Amino acid sequence: MKTITFISQLVIPAFILFVVLYGACKKVRVYDSFVSGAKEGIRVTVNIFPYLLAIFIAVKAFQASGAFDIIRAALSTSLAALGIPPEVLSVALIKPLSGSASTAVFIDIVKTTGPDSLASRISAVIIGSAETTFYVLAVYLGAVGIRKTKYLVPVCLIADAVGIIIAVTLVRLMF
Amino acid sequence: MNVIWLILIIVSIITAAWTGRLEELTKAIFDGAKAAVEISLFLLGIVSLWLGITKIIEDSGLIYRISHLFRPLITRLFKSIPGDHPAITSITLNMLANLFGLGNAATPLGIKAMQDLQSLNEKKDTLTFEMMLFIVVNTASIQLVPFTVVGILSDFGSQNPSGIVLPTICATVISAVIAIGILFLFRRFAK
Repeated sequence: MKTITFISQLVIPAFILFVVLYGACKKVRVYDSFVSGAKEGIRVTVNIFPYLLAIFIAVKAFQASGAFDIIRAALSTSLAALGIPPEVLSVALIKPLSGSASTAVFIDIVKTTGPDSLASRISAVIIGSAETTFYVLAVYLGAVGIRKTKYLVPVCLIADAVGIIIAVTLVRLMF
Repeated sequence: MNVIWLILIIVSIITAAWTGRLEELTKAIFDGAKAAVEISLFLLGIVSLWLGITKIIEDSGLIYRISHLFRPLITRLFKSIPGDHPAITSITLNMLANLFGLGNAATPLGIKAMQDLQSLNEKKDTLTFEMMLFIVVNTASIQLVPFTVVGILSDFGSQNPSGIVLPTICATVISAVIAIGILFLFRRFAK
């Protein structure tokens, strides 16, 4: 664990050092080069902003409306029959929408059920293996300003659902 | 996206009216706007930073070294990218950053990769299959160690906080493979 932590701390500084040294050896004016590249960042971020705004408003509104509680209540009995702790559903529903909210829900689950409970372990694997899909979609589609997404969104949502089933199955098998 | 956004908004407002949470809903909408600004400012910083670094990579010719090294791997999955295209380097760097769990580098490099893929796109308003594949691989988020989660588990006194690492890696890899499979399946039926 310690070595992996160390490596992951080392990666970015080492990479930047390597790039700058390599550039200097190739007689690139690295400072000018960096500044001219960084200038592009403003345009890109401005392009992404409206997409992010739309997603954030919808996600926050959905969280505040109490719709989550209704969905959870509707599904929890059928999940309990399958042996899946109802807490897991909260993480599974919120992870594609918001990274920080899912971490908060996870901390809550760890607090109430204990760090070594089945619910905590399944939630941990879901958070570690799933991605905040809607955020990724907003940022990456916004960066290129594409509106026609063909079948991308359904593929991502089905993949998310499958990922959750896999997480539950693996935790049951491996613990 | 249009359908999903519409559903989220309509369901939220109707449910909030039903449960008497209209006040919270209104507050949440403005909170959302504020959060979007905060995240965008954060993105502005890291995206500019990484676009600066990648510009040095381009100007120094390092970009050809990297793409030469990883071309066999990347073009196996992304078949229609020409062998010497900058997209190979940005996709490689994005995937490496994801692997090490460096979200602050992965997202900007992913944005760069999307732009490089867009330069190969003939219909600028429509996603190419390569772009969809790239996004699907990214949403599967292949990561070696989920640091945040392990940290939280050990903070709360777990007996074996890194016990979830192996199941997490297995789960990501399996779900990434299945996600790519689903994408290919959709392509077949879309034709």
